Amino acid sequence: MRLSIQLFALARDKAGRSVVPLELPDGANVADLRAALAAGVPALAPLVPVLLIAVDSEYARDEVVLRPESQVAAFPPVSGGTAGGVA
Amino acid sequence: MIELTHEPIDPGRVIESVRSHQAGAICLFLGTVREFTGERQTRSLAYEAYTAMAEARLTDLEAEARARWPIVALSIVHRVGDLELGDIAVAVAVSTPHRGEGFAACQWLMDTLKQVVPIWKQEVWADGTREWVHPGLDPSNAPPFES
Repeated sequence: MRLSIQLFALARDKAGRSVVPLELPDGANVADLRAALAAGVPALAPLVPVLLIAVDSEYARDEVVLRPESQVAAFPPVSGGTAGGVA
Repeated sequence: MIELTHEPIDPGRVIESVRSHQAGAICLFLGTVREFTGERQTRSLAYEAYTAMAEARLTDLEAEARARWPIVALSIVHRVGDLELGDIAVAVAVSTPHRGEGFAACQWLMDTLKQVVPIWKQEVWADGTREWVHPGLDPSNAPPFES
């Protein structure tokens, strides 16, 4: 199956694009997607282990199985608020 | 009212959206753009959202807050795009029968929002350099869901 992975924030900047197409075998899960993302976009590889993966707008653990119609996004942890700027 | 907006946030409108005869208290939190973080000086901030997911997660936060506290009305408005010093980045307003549950719900909503809603901020420092704020990049950090 062919999936389009949406990237945000630092992940998009590192990859240099906001969408990455990936070809994955049927039955692939989020862990497989991480491996394919790291292999397909070497600039993202160091970040891949800590990226959060969302499937259909829900945070997805590595064992979640992907479907051809899955909406998938990868992004770093959200701002958290400890480092500054607001509040 | 759950909203992501490129426009400046009007706190009066947020307050009006939760006013009710059933409520004896309105708790309003505003997050504003701060100039100094320690020694470092901020020139401006840029917020980016994964809009569809952010709206879904905010809607879930409202449902969870309503299950935990006797909330009459609730609004969360988050700004996206470029913000100047002092601008309001986020507004959370909760109306409740009594103030205790309002303070508790408002704090929980804001704390949880910053952990689970996919909105990121980028610092534009006074020297012109840009830096994403991703404090959870340490791999030992727990993901934002129950494991």
